[in-house]
Amino acid sequence: MEPIRLIKSKTVVLPYSDIDTDQIIPARFLTTTTKAGLGQHAFSNWRYLADASTNPEFILNQDSARGCKILVAGNNFGCGSSREHAPWALLDFGFKAVISTEIADIFRSNSLKNGLLPVVIDKENHAWLMANPGTELTIDLQNSTLTLANGKAVSFKIEGFARYCLLNGVDELGFIMNQLDTIQQYEQARA
Amino acid sequence: MNTPKTLFEKVWERHEVVPETADTPAVLYIDLHLVHEVTSPQAFSLLREQGLKVRRTDRTLATMDHSTPTDPAEIAGRVPIKVKSAAEQIKQLEKNCAEFNVELLNLHSTQRGIVHVVGPELGATQPGKTIVCGDSHTATHGAFGALAFGIGTTEVGHVLATQCLLQRRPKTLAITVDGKLGKGVTAKDLILAIIGKIGVAGGTGQVIEYRGSAIEALSMDGRMTVCNMSIEAGARAGMIAPDETTFAYLKGRPKAPQGAQWDKAVQEWKQLCSDPGAKFDREVHINGNELVPMITYGTHPGMVMPINGQVPDHSGDSVFMKSLAYMGLQPNETLLGKPIQVVFIGSCTNARLSDLELAAQVMKGRKVAPGVRALVVPGSQQIKREAEALELDKIFTDAGAEWRESGCSMCIGMNGDTVASGHYAVSTSNRNFEGRQGAGARTLLASPATAAASAIRGCVADPREFINQ
Ligand code: SF4
Repeated sequence: MEPIRLIKSKTVVLPYSDIDTDQIIPARFLTTTTKAGLGQHAFSNWRYLADASTNPEFILNQDSARGCKILVAGNNFGCGSSREHAPWALLDFGFKAVISTEIADIFRSNSLKNGLLPVVIDKENHAWLMANPGTELTIDLQNSTLTLANGKAVSFKIEGFARYCLLNGVDELGFIMNQLDTIQQYEQARA
Repeated sequence: MNTPKTLFEKVWERHEVVPETADTPAVLYIDLHLVHEVTSPQAFSLLREQGLKVRRTDRTLATMDHSTPTDPAEIAGRVPIKVKSAAEQIKQLEKNCAEFNVELLNLHSTQRGIVHVVGPELGATQPGKTIVCGDSHTATHGAFGALAFGIGTTEVGHVLATQCLLQRRPKTLAITVDGKLGKGVTAKDLILAIIGKIGVAGGTGQVIEYRGSAIEALSMDGRMTVCNMSIEAGARAGMIAPDETTFAYLKGRPKAPQGAQWDKAVQEWKQLCSDPGAKFDREVHINGNELVPMITYGTHPGMVMPINGQVPDHSGDSVFMKSLAYMGLQPNETLLGKPIQVVFIGSCTNARLSDLELAAQVMKGRKVAPGVRALVVPGSQQIKREAEALELDKIFTDAGAEWRESGCSMCIGMNGDTVASGHYAVSTSNRNFEGRQGAGARTLLASPATAAASAIRGCVADPREFINQ
């Protein structure tokens, strides 16, 4: 995993709450056995019309969304299934961070393991971001702040170990593997 | 005296290989890892890339359910599997399990079924265990007093390679349901009412313990229905303290302890309850006497109301109105009498024997209304056999419903069992998200009794008209 420090980008806003993983990546795309190429199916039911043409009304199909790395979504983003295909699809689409007031547990955990930064902020600043799509943001992971174009800094909470792993590109599996002796002792003591 | 502990704390603490610190999460030991075809391929690939083995094959059990066909002709090989990529995924799981020496309940296994149905059925799910699966409804297994939760594919890889996970300790929420459920009110109605009350993010970051007389009175099937939908309230896990009902269910199951081991296990399991005075981070109380059959009207399980209620009016709320527009519904509309096109009785929420018995009780001697497609999909091959021994399949097929092989089927629509765009489906599954049962499909979640009653009437119907006790 690539280390993450700063993410600078305009935002794109999806003004809905409770966006679930079935919206992020519908189940019919989960029959894949790899991670590659899921970005083309991200938000598929919203992005494409019944005849498979792109829906010009949907925000992610518009010019303003091109190249945006930061997704701002309504309350409770990522609820529903445990499919890691959801963060894989968002990353493959080009997102590096998701901002909401609440992010569902499993989605958050899956995102952190793939280098998609889940950013949970307070209601007031979130409401401002929702009302101002396309604003330029800088997310500084080291200091856990996001800075608006006007210089206003907003802090966000992120679990310390997850932050450490993202900043240093540390793979959790390696961390657990280092404990294999302790794991074995635990198994012997319980047997 | 020792500090009183909750059920969750007791199970958590027994599985901390390395306790959490301010800087690092706990290394948590996993007793049972359930695997299925959709969320495992990339994890096995990771093992292969890094030259790792499955560390404890004896604690790993695989089945196929999500993208697996339920059409008897496809299972028997009389016709090819409809969805090509699903066939590929099934083959991949077989290859991975053979290569890594993992026990697999394959397409033709008599023990195969939905992962959250077969774990308990085989007795692999036991009180006090930590159980994970790359599936959010792993919470189901908490009905036995296990700590069971869904994980992503990267974590599936971690558990395959190390039998451990890095986890921060969640908070605890006690939901006490006292009283007695009335006629036609099931475990499904109870959990839908709970989600309606606490909201779809009400349990985020928490493990729920369900307790109280209405919970204790539930069968294991009912308890599994309740715990199953914990995730729909945002919770990682739901738990119920094991008791005589739990022990009676498990006794004699193939993977349960046998003989002297059994007695020893029961003695230990009896300790697994929250001590008097144990502190929860939050508590919620519900009066079971007041509950009625419930049905969802929106696009998440928190958008739920009594079967004879009216869709609420939040006309000023654009998100709410977008959801109603998707559902083709208006504020203040009643659902009773609303024509439907599909009834789905199945899924890890409601496809156990007692669910099928309840649906059969309603359908017996009656006919599915013209224009309605009713699909009954047992949760496992064993349930299918048990139902057939009771001739429930005849009741369903005589009524005009389809009787299938086991699998997730229309709950997730990956195997080609889908609801057409714009059609209404009364479903006993757990998610009414946009497109969950097919692009444009409109899902109304309800109990097996409500689903069966609606199939007969051809419209949303109150199950209490069909149920005598
Ligand atoms: S039945 Fe539905 S919810 Fe249950 S495991 Fe299968 S797809 Fe998931």
